[in-house]
Amino acid sequence: METIHLTSDTLNNFASEVSEATGQDMVRCYQCGNCTAGCPYTEFFDYPVSQIMRMIQTGQREKALSSKAIWLCATCETCSTRCPCEIDVADVMDGLRNIAYREKRFTEKDIRTFYEAFLTSLRNHGRIFELEIIARYNLKSGHLLTDADLGPKVMKQLHFLPKRIKGRENVARIVKRFMEKR
Amino acid sequence: MIEQEYAYYSGCSLEGTASSYDRSIRLILKALGVTLREPDDWSCCGSTPAHAMDHLLAGALAARNLAIVERMETATLTTPCPACLSAFKKAHARATEDRAFKDEVNQLLDIPYEGGVKAKSTLQVIYEDVGLEAVASKVTTVLPDLKAACYYGCILSRPPRLAAFDDPENPISMDRLLAACGVEVCDFAFKTECCGAAFGVPKKEMVLRLTHKVLTMVEDCGANCVVVACPLCQQNLDLRQAQVNRAMGSSFSIPILYFSEVLGLAFGYTPEELGLDKHIVSTDALIRSRRSKEAEETVSTVKEKVKKSAAQGTAGKSGNAPGPEDTASATKEA
Repeated sequence: METIHLTSDTLNNFASEVSEATGQDMVRCYQCGNCTAGCPYTEFFDYPVSQIMRMIQTGQREKALSSKAIWLCATCETCSTRCPCEIDVADVMDGLRNIAYREKRFTEKDIRTFYEAFLTSLRNHGRIFELEIIARYNLKSGHLLTDADLGPKVMKQLHFLPKRIKGRENVARIVKRFMEKR
Repeated sequence: MIEQEYAYYSGCSLEGTASSYDRSIRLILKALGVTLREPDDWSCCGSTPAHAMDHLLAGALAARNLAIVERMETATLTTPCPACLSAFKKAHARATEDRAFKDEVNQLLDIPYEGGVKAKSTLQVIYEDVGLEAVASKVTTVLPDLKAACYYGCILSRPPRLAAFDDPENPISMDRLLAACGVEVCDFAFKTECCGAAFGVPKKEMVLRLTHKVLTMVEDCGANCVVVACPLCQQNLDLRQAQVNRAMGSSFSIPILYFSEVLGLAFGYTPEELGLDKHIVSTDALIRSRRSKEAEETVSTVKEKVKKSAAQGTAGKSGNAPGPEDTASATKEA
């Protein structure tokens, strides 16, 4: 079993960083496991969400930020709804993703590819264009046939040209200013 | 009290795969006397990809729209999409609770957001502002074959302090609206279980497993259709139902309707007007038996008379569907 040496540094630094990013108080978690018990994604996670919470408390930054769990969380809010300490656990998971994003740690590459395809479409047109997102995802991820089986069925639901808004430059500027800031 | 006018943000999905949600919402709100004004040149709320990347980017993409609405005459924004709603509520809460966050957001925007927009789901507007009585008064058509499982999805009423609507574990607003339209509602245990959300493309196996669980529970509770309020839930359950069947060896053929489509049918709109032809799992068989309320009442009156003359004075329930009061006792009080 892995031994972790807890010092005041490991105990404080990462927890403070996450608190700063999310406004949530990590000290309040007493490991009751209610978040994990209700989480629909536990069966897919490498570490259950209550263990991620404990990693934050014990300063295991590397392990938490390189986990698959932070990417596979769908922000369904079950954990946040049921936490007896009123910690917004889903927001903590989101905060960890934000930090991982800044440090370019992408443990789940396909999810990242999908998110970026979405945001590219948003930046280009101001609104998203579903057909473009799937095309871009399939090319970039190398999974060329994703959802090809839906093709004929989904055709009646899709539109074939993007809905370009007048203010798309304005939306692109939001993204540009954000990128410069980060 | 009915507020006559709302800023209506349909969201990107409702322009594409969920167009029947948009059409049915517009029709029923018009029938209910509510005016919807579309914010000029609205943009995407940012949704999951933006908040996964950065709260500041998510806040700014959502706040661009809040700033547009803030400059309209109506202060209340309504959206049928729970993901857009959540983006707006989170951006608004962060901006109003954290001055530094608001300043940072406004540095990214061309038009600043001051913090004055209240956002509500369109379900909440219909349930709370319009009310069950007004909805019931518009019903002209009965839908005798529907046995509905109301599926709210994960974020419509959660987390409770942010959503501030209905019950986070056992929501009842859709159940009651449907009951007010005379639709039979089943006791469904997975009202707020997650369908797999936005992972349909990059993590399909996860979505198919979660959706399979939801559909299994739908069958187990005796329902023959699912009624939803979220375009992503609808997409995962309807568009991906054949994928679920292939991956999990099941044979579901369960129509997935938006609550607004059911209300629209009950108000007498045709399936074509509502856009039901856009569905993947056909709704035809389910709604074939719909008939006008008057015809239904005549039929049940005749039945009643026959019953009475056959067994004198036997008190029996008419074939009529339950009113709102009946369901109120059947479901948990809010």
